[in-house]
Amino acid sequence: MFESYFGSFDADLFDQFRRLESEMGQLFGHSPWPAGIRSVQRGTFPPINVGATPDRVEVYLFAAGLDARKLDLSIQQNLLSVSGDRKIESNENAEYYRRERYDGDFRRVITLPDDVDPERVEARYRDGVLQITIQRREAARPRQISVS
Amino acid sequence: MTTNQGVATPESAAVEKKARERETVLIPAVDIFEDAHQITVKAERPGVSKDKLIVQADRNGLVIEGDMEIDMPAGMTALYADLQSTRYRRSFVLSGELETERIEASLKDGLLTVRIPKRVEFRTRKIKVNVP
Repeated sequence: MFESYFGSFDADLFDQFRRLESEMGQLFGHSPWPAGIRSVQRGTFPPINVGATPDRVEVYLFAAGLDARKLDLSIQQNLLSVSGDRKIESNENAEYYRRERYDGDFRRVITLPDDVDPERVEARYRDGVLQITIQRREAARPRQISVS
Repeated sequence: MTTNQGVATPESAAVEKKARERETVLIPAVDIFEDAHQITVKAERPGVSKDKLIVQADRNGLVIEGDMEIDMPAGMTALYADLQSTRYRRSFVLSGELETERIEASLKDGLLTVRIPKRVEFRTRKIKVNVP
């Protein structure tokens, strides 16, 4: 599989994310397009980013301190679901000032483009980010059409 | 929104990008707790590797900063995004009873743990109540 690692974050993609955000913000926090039936409220754990290239779709779940072996990943056609459990050990002898970190079960369902191949999925967990790569079907890729 | 009629130079684009980066900073979740000897801060920093993380502490405050690095193919378009930035920053004011010279930090699976010891004279001592 083609693997590329960029030492620094591709800033252009995040410009796009920011633009998405500002477009949504213009409508008082509401998305300008109808919300997906499986969409969740903002701030749900874990946050997810989804990006696509003509040959694959990349899903990023930002979840620090997980036991990746206990994650449950499944894909049915173009519906990807990730569930797991993040138990936060509480320090009994300490007094808590802030408890902002999510503690407990989570589940997120992501609707991918229709042309993804559920047979070719790869997932890896590094530095608290779960990255899932789903290949797209050949037929769906844009083809150069020559004009004679 | 204004339309820029002029040709965008790389310089102006870079300046623009910098300005936008400054305004969007992620404020990820933290747990903070105190026991008899220290204050512990557990901060989530998914995507930040050890060399892109900055933990700074002095008498007045603790600053945690980091940049995410993620394996991303070139020419990717965004379909959906909960996170709109790659930069984390969070700061806290510290008080004088904390030993800022002896702060310890560790990072594992995107979770940063910072331990700030209390000065010996400020450590809590349990006082036993003698009941006759």
